[in-house]
Amino acid sequence: MTVSAGDRLARLLNLVPYLLARPGIRLSEAASDLGVTEDQLRDDLELLWVCGLPGYGPGDLIDMSFDGDRVTVTYDAGIDRPLRLTPDEATALVVALRMLLETPGVSDRDTIERALAKIEQAAVVDSTPPIAVRLPGDEDRLATLRAAITRGRALRIGYYSAARDVTSDRVVDPMRLLSVSGRSYLEAWCRQAQGVRMFRVDRIDALVELDEPAAPPPGAVGADLSEGVFQPDPRSPLITLRVGRGSRWITEYYPCERVTRSGDEWLVAMRVHDMDWARRFVLGLGPDVSVVAPGELADVVRESARSALANYD
Amino acid sequence: MSRSRTERLVNLVICLLSTRRYLTAAQIAATVPGYEHDPDDPKEHEAFQRKFERDKAELRALGVPLETGTASIFDTEPGYRIAHRDYALPPILLEPSEAAAIGVAARLWRHAGMAAAASSGLAKLRAGGLELDPDATLGVEPVIAVDAAFEPLTAAARLRRHVTFGYRVPEEDNARTRRLQPWGVVCWRGKWYVVGHDIDRDAARCFRLSRITTTVRAYGPENSFTPPRDLDLIDHVARRTGPVERTSVAKVLVRHGRAAGVRRWAQSVGTAVEGDIVELRYACPESFARWLVGYGADVTVLEPDEVRKCVIARLEEVAAGSSSLVGVAA
Repeated sequence: MTVSAGDRLARLLNLVPYLLARPGIRLSEAASDLGVTEDQLRDDLELLWVCGLPGYGPGDLIDMSFDGDRVTVTYDAGIDRPLRLTPDEATALVVALRMLLETPGVSDRDTIERALAKIEQAAVVDSTPPIAVRLPGDEDRLATLRAAITRGRALRIGYYSAARDVTSDRVVDPMRLLSVSGRSYLEAWCRQAQGVRMFRVDRIDALVELDEPAAPPPGAVGADLSEGVFQPDPRSPLITLRVGRGSRWITEYYPCERVTRSGDEWLVAMRVHDMDWARRFVLGLGPDVSVVAPGELADVVRESARSALANYD
Repeated sequence: MSRSRTERLVNLVICLLSTRRYLTAAQIAATVPGYEHDPDDPKEHEAFQRKFERDKAELRALGVPLETGTASIFDTEPGYRIAHRDYALPPILLEPSEAAAIGVAARLWRHAGMAAAASSGLAKLRAGGLELDPDATLGVEPVIAVDAAFEPLTAAARLRRHVTFGYRVPEEDNARTRRLQPWGVVCWRGKWYVVGHDIDRDAARCFRLSRITTTVRAYGPENSFTPPRDLDLIDHVARRTGPVERTSVAKVLVRHGRAAGVRRWAQSVGTAVEGDIVELRYACPESFARWLVGYGADVTVLEPDEVRKCVIARLEEVAAGSSSLVGVAA
């Protein structure tokens, strides 16, 4: 990341009130708290040391006292408070708090609401950010899951797998609840799969809290969500569909490997977890979508339609 | 920024915070180290003025409220000062649990858009005395993901400036240029929308941020429109995508042990030789039929006729699908 011209100035103007509020703080603690190295922090302090209003007397330069590796600001030269939040900063914090407040299953809404009100008041931007958030969800189910996580219990869940179109029972060790793009997920160690899995909360059809502790193995870590929840596995089979106008929405809904737009019909390549899922998917999309590759999938789809029609003879 | 410039700017802030009177550029030059120059030398004076202009711009960019005025009516030259009450973040008295909520909230941006603004905002709150609990959670961790258009649109909505952008819905072949008075930005069911007055259509419209194909450009002056009174941003979006009432009931035969995806929505289950008979609620027969067709031969619609016909028609079309496509290179 490039350091913008104002970054250091902003940091310095913050540093004085930060230290003022924490007399005698260890340099190492302050540095890690502020996300800078200890050397950087010392350099910042040296620079501030000579700032103030020269000529007005000795009490007019910023002053600090050091006791071993502890520092105390003894004179702040008037920079006793941090600068107000900029509109961007206020927006970022207010939106995040509103998001949190709206997240289904979040605990302690009253606290978040009070924090939000205080930030909005302190931000004193001309108007609160014109941003609204609404994330509907199954509050009861989430409250149950949250309670189980807090108590540290394992769960037996009946989970519907859309990929395989089956509901199965499994025992999981819950790790955390997540809310991504308007959906809630339970991230847990699945004892059956012997791996960390994300379970969509709206597909947990049954739930029993077990009388044994949740014990994800020590190596189990949560997924990195920086690229979204679903990372198509490059080893999964690739299918290519010819998609008519009315079904182009699938390119917004499912991760696609490649979309080639040519006139009315689009060629869409996507990775699929499971070929039987692909069959159901294409069948459900109807005549607007046809399979280009693999050929077997095209055959299976047609065959499925024919045998389904036979039910109506 | 050079060390000497940073130092000069800190000194400039201290100087202007300490004065109640407006200080002229000449007075500031005499006080703040780094501005020393011979005011009678035109070259030196000009260099000082340029330096001072740049420094003022730097402070304003940082959000420092630099006031301009004159110390008295006899002064002709403008002076500068910073009012402490406009500069300083007001005290925020937060309970530890409230502080924890703010810490959790600021972390939400770590994957997205306003991460830098959130962390510099948080740094200010901490400089103001806020203590964070790095391990705090609130049971559920939301992950914020925003589109690139989020920041320019929220800024334009805040400043009430017009915006223009390219927009394409999947059903259309080409992006079209839209002009909008943005009233606000909405996150509805995890997707972001901008709501506003569409200038060309002369009506309220919502646009999905992920469908914006160009950078969002703001144009015209600030405060150039007023959003409607009693504006409910959520309502504008929810109205079009709200839940549907499933008032009709269909009877469907589901093969034993199959189509779990259908069974989990079943209202009641009876058993027959060929499978289980389930009742399902639906709203629109066509979209309900589309969903059922996905399950192929595992489901058979028994009644009503409107759904049965839809399913059969669709299956016939798929079954008749030409096989000429097979083998075309992907």
